[in-house]
Amino acid sequence: MNAASTYNTLRALADSWGLAVMALVFLVLCLWPFRPGARAEASEAANSIFEDENDGE
Amino acid sequence: MEMVVLRAGAFFAALVLAVVACALSVDWAFGVHMAICALAAGIGLIATLRGTNVDAISRGILRSPDQGKYDDEIIRWGVIATVFWGMAGFLAGLYIALELSFPALNLGFEYINFGRLRPLHTSAVIFAFGGNALIATSFYVVQRTCRARLAFPGLARFVFWGYQLFIVLAATGYLMGVTQGKEYAEPEWYVDLWLTIVWVSYLAVFVGTILKRSEPHIYVANWFYLSFILTVAMLHLVNNAAIPVSFFGSRSIPLAGGVQSALIQWWYGHNAVGFFLTAGFLGMMYYFVPKQAERPVYSYRLSIIHFWALIFLYIWAGPHHLHYTALPDWAQTLGMVFSIMLWMPSWGGMINGLMTLNGAWDKLRTDPIMRMFVMSLAFYGMSTFEGPMMSIKTVNSLSHYTDWTIGHVHSGALGWNGMVTFGSLYYLTPRLWNRPRLYSLRMVGWHFWLATLGIVFYAASMWVAGVTQGLMWREYGPDGYLVNSFAETVAAVHPMYVLRAFGGLLYLSGATIMTYNITRTILGHALRDETPLGETPFNPAKDVPLKPASAL
Repeated sequence: MNAASTYNTLRALADSWGLAVMALVFLVLCLWPFRPGARAEASEAANSIFEDENDGE
Repeated sequence: MEMVVLRAGAFFAALVLAVVACALSVDWAFGVHMAICALAAGIGLIATLRGTNVDAISRGILRSPDQGKYDDEIIRWGVIATVFWGMAGFLAGLYIALELSFPALNLGFEYINFGRLRPLHTSAVIFAFGGNALIATSFYVVQRTCRARLAFPGLARFVFWGYQLFIVLAATGYLMGVTQGKEYAEPEWYVDLWLTIVWVSYLAVFVGTILKRSEPHIYVANWFYLSFILTVAMLHLVNNAAIPVSFFGSRSIPLAGGVQSALIQWWYGHNAVGFFLTAGFLGMMYYFVPKQAERPVYSYRLSIIHFWALIFLYIWAGPHHLHYTALPDWAQTLGMVFSIMLWMPSWGGMINGLMTLNGAWDKLRTDPIMRMFVMSLAFYGMSTFEGPMMSIKTVNSLSHYTDWTIGHVHSGALGWNGMVTFGSLYYLTPRLWNRPRLYSLRMVGWHFWLATLGIVFYAASMWVAGVTQGLMWREYGPDGYLVNSFAETVAAVHPMYVLRAFGGLLYLSGATIMTYNITRTILGHALRDETPLGETPFNPAKDVPLKPASAL
């Protein structure tokens, strides 16, 4: 495989399946915290830094 | 005992290697650097052989309080190093700003000319000031949010001191003219190798601490810190791939050449902005802003979208540094489109940080540290709007190579990175040294206004200078020739250069006040006698209902 055909293969992958997979993974990761029941987890995580008021003293 | 022998052996081997390399050096700068390394190894060797309890000495020097639940000694050193390198970097910046205005200040002395001091300034503020702030705060945050002591305490100390050696080697190298000519990656091959060792150790300490956490969830600040550490490792290795001319010399040839080299450089360069100066500092933001505001972040789920969007988009934005160059047109357009898309997550993150104060905005009146954080987020928003705008090709044709770019960088660096770091330092110092509060809160107010005013002078003068240069450079006469010579454009922006230096002076003055304030806090001096910020004026005579009209 010479340099030009490597480039073409990667280029074709990048604007077809590669792009589709990346976009899908991105969407799943972004929507994951919005699945049913995740609201409570998020609020617990957001408040976790206040649980132990002595930390850092 | 075996451990002592092993460590002494390692230090001795390093000492011998450094001395040999110094003796065999093919150029002067490499010899000086190996002598510095030998000195560092020698200090380590003597300390090990004398059985010195380094931590006890360190606690004595720093007047540390008794050891608590967490391993904070190295964080205390990190706070001091951040303040020290910050002052050095700001001072160097002011000096080169003055050199640009008054070239006589080069003094005909090669070691302090603009070309050598400029990378010293950028590296000192980004890697020494910013890097130490990131290492110190990441170690602080990861311990608190994981409720676990630092993994590998010895390695954590190595990370800190090894990083200081990297800074000293880089800075002395610039002054001696050692550079591989890659922006923000100027240090030569052997310094790059040393940084790789330090950085992998940093990753080990950070991941090790996360792995031994006693908190089920990994708080989002750690996601940002971890992405910063991992990505910087990858960027550093790829961008610095080079073959040394001699193993005993300070010159190397990069593996890639031409436009490939340029693209790798700006893939590195822009992601240094994206992951070092953005992701890492967002880690600070997502911990210290909620802590200082004493309320949870506005939307935890938005912070997760912010995270993934930054990770997926930033990595493609680099080509916007190479508009109208030999880089293929599609790659330039790709860089531009991703830069514009970045606007959304950046503003999502800014809104998330600012809205954390929703319902508690009155804190701005009484808490100057909160003011710092809010100003920092405001500048994060401003520079992440300006950046995408400048990446649009038509705008870039005006702004590229002009001082507008310099202004943009500084509104991000002084505003966003500087302010969030100052806020974090003010948050950390009283807690790390177990003081009731900072020596003076009023001084934080002074620092805030001096820094803000300094940035305003800086950014505004560079906008004017940049647009002036852009317009003068592209002006054609009716006969098709350029109207202005380059020297004429330099003369035209001279007043702006002087104003920029004035802005830098204000910013440095603010930082000097911070240094004084933090030093007195650390030394445990009696709190400054000052009017409290949170006074509630009350006049009982006026606190009565109006007389009803019928009573008249």
